[in-house]
Amino acid sequence: MAAPGAFAEAGADLELIGIHKRFPGFTAIESLDLTIPAGSFFALLGPSGCGKTTTLRLVAGLEQPTSGRILIGGKDVTDVKPFRRPVNTVFQSYALFPHMTVVENVAFGLKRRRIADAIAKAHEALELVELDHLAQRKPAQLSGGQQQRVALARAVVNRPALLLLDEPLGALDLKLRRQMQLELKSIQGEVGLTFLHVTHDQEEAMTMADTVAVMNKGEIEQMGSPEELYELPKTAFVANFLGQSNLFTGEVTSDSGAVIVVDVAGIKVAVPKARAQRHTGTITIGVRPEKLALHPSAPAPQAGVNVLGPGRITDVSFSGVSTQYTLAIPGIGEIVVFAQNMAFGPVVHVGAEVWVAWQVEHGFGLADEPPGEDRFVDDTSTGSLAQQTKQELLEELGEG
Amino acid sequence: MAFAAFGGGGAAATAEPAPLKRSWVAVGLLAPGLAYLALFFLAPLVSLLLTSLQIAPEGAGKGEYVQAFNWDNYVVAIESYWPHILRSFTYAIIATLAALLIGYPVAYFIGVTARKWPMVQALTLTLVIAPFFISFLLRTLAWKQILGDNSWIAQTLHDLGWMPADQNIVGTPFSVIFGLTYNFLPFMVLPIYASLERLDRRYLEAGNDLYASAPTTFWKVTLPLSLPGVVSGTLLTFIPAAGDYINASQIYLGSPQTAMVGNVIDRTFLESQQYPIAAALSVLLMGIVLVIVAIYVRRSGTEELL
Repeated sequence: MAAPGAFAEAGADLELIGIHKRFPGFTAIESLDLTIPAGSFFALLGPSGCGKTTTLRLVAGLEQPTSGRILIGGKDVTDVKPFRRPVNTVFQSYALFPHMTVVENVAFGLKRRRIADAIAKAHEALELVELDHLAQRKPAQLSGGQQQRVALARAVVNRPALLLLDEPLGALDLKLRRQMQLELKSIQGEVGLTFLHVTHDQEEAMTMADTVAVMNKGEIEQMGSPEELYELPKTAFVANFLGQSNLFTGEVTSDSGAVIVVDVAGIKVAVPKARAQRHTGTITIGVRPEKLALHPSAPAPQAGVNVLGPGRITDVSFSGVSTQYTLAIPGIGEIVVFAQNMAFGPVVHVGAEVWVAWQVEHGFGLADEPPGEDRFVDDTSTGSLAQQTKQELLEELGEG
Repeated sequence: MAFAAFGGGGAAATAEPAPLKRSWVAVGLLAPGLAYLALFFLAPLVSLLLTSLQIAPEGAGKGEYVQAFNWDNYVVAIESYWPHILRSFTYAIIATLAALLIGYPVAYFIGVTARKWPMVQALTLTLVIAPFFISFLLRTLAWKQILGDNSWIAQTLHDLGWMPADQNIVGTPFSVIFGLTYNFLPFMVLPIYASLERLDRRYLEAGNDLYASAPTTFWKVTLPLSLPGVVSGTLLTFIPAAGDYINASQIYLGSPQTAMVGNVIDRTFLESQQYPIAAALSVLLMGIVLVIVAIYVRRSGTEELL
């Protein structure tokens, strides 16, 4: 516990056992079991209202779980008041005390724990985030990025066993955000604390965390290293929330032991059995857009390559490094292809007839039951945004 | 005491000084306000100062004075009435502190605790304001009844032996301070409520997260952030309380022994028609209040309120 005058020696494990959280009118967390090993950088990734912020608040002690236990470093802290937990939070809003100077803000936690030389240690922490020259300013006199760094220093200076980050980079512009991501990562390495980072930004989660847990509707959909989650998503939600995916649904027609073959609108598509979650019945398989190759003519059938086509290009959007092609194949629907710009400009244009091909080993099979007509659900689609807004409202109502 | 000054305090960004254009439109717009202030504030003030220096000529009748520079009026006022002046400020300070102790929790309840229930918030706020719908005088008279010699409160205290048989509540310093506290309580509650209502709960969560218990968070975060409200509330209570002449009057909750400077001004002006003495007392009252307020505001670090 936060014994007076003591710093955490190292990060601590965090264990959530059977957490269930109900707010009046809705359930924020259905059932959550999670273990975060000491010293790791763990990201909880999910859309607004998926319960990730609630999870963080439960760990911080700002909310009480309806049922379940929370263990930090093996000690049950479920009933421990927030100010006695060895945990500090970098709040999304920063929540810097407006009536105190920057250095007073940073020294606040140290003073409460009666740690000697609080002010000197606060200055050290400010040096870590390169803001010591602004120590005497009030928070309102700092820019958003500077405030963010003060909030980080204010939490890190206490050397908590567990540092909670609640979308702390959300308010920053892209460039500053990238810079802060790297800084956060290096600070984590330097101080060796356990970081639990909550974010809805998949890129942020992937660049920063060792382990990412994708949360949806109060449950963890999939957990693993960023590469693992990206290359082998297990559910349609993960496949679409983390990057984009082309998903196809079809009946499994044959099983050769190493690969299973799925009938997608009359075309045989092979998927490695080891990369498929289900092996019988109607399953959804997918492939990442950058794994697809465009062919202006039907490629010769080849072992270990899936081919779909012909289809017509319906949209080409150039983004510098790559070009995103959207094509429609009758009976299958839209397919997205990312192609590196090895030549100058797009290689094919809207209306061109094309085939797509990919290596069998790049495909993956999902665990979900076949989804409805929304085969390609973008996170920014109107339906999904409406859903997110609704969830946000519910969350506000529940927390207000 | 601007209500607009209840922000988080400090850090008012220094705006770029706009080029000062001599605009006749601006002058035109300011003119009515300035004329009003000159006519109804500056002129009476000058008149008051002049009256306080008047002298009664030889053989003048009651209430007849001529203009002079008779500083003796101030000497007479202080010599004759210093106990009343002292009493006024003592009562006003005690009443202000009592109103703060009662008012802060009420304001906290309405502004923070009751946020979850807007209906409760609206209802309690209405209850705080409700007494304004009844005349100040009537409410004070009602208290005279409630605390009166034959009231059940006085009777109970007599019966229990907690108060000597020849002792009453009305007419004592207690009843006057009680009346002042009661009458000015809404002026304490409302500004504190206004600043607490804006208090961001996330600061409290941050305090909790940074090893501060609920009481520590209150002292270190909540109270400093609501200080502008506390300063406004105490000023809005203290200033009128110091000059009040209703509560301390014999008709209401007071007695000759509890007369405050307001009662003296009332009597010297309306009864004995010693206009210069009444004016000198008014100037003294105003001067002392100004000095106390200036020191207080500076000490509490909320100069932007002035």
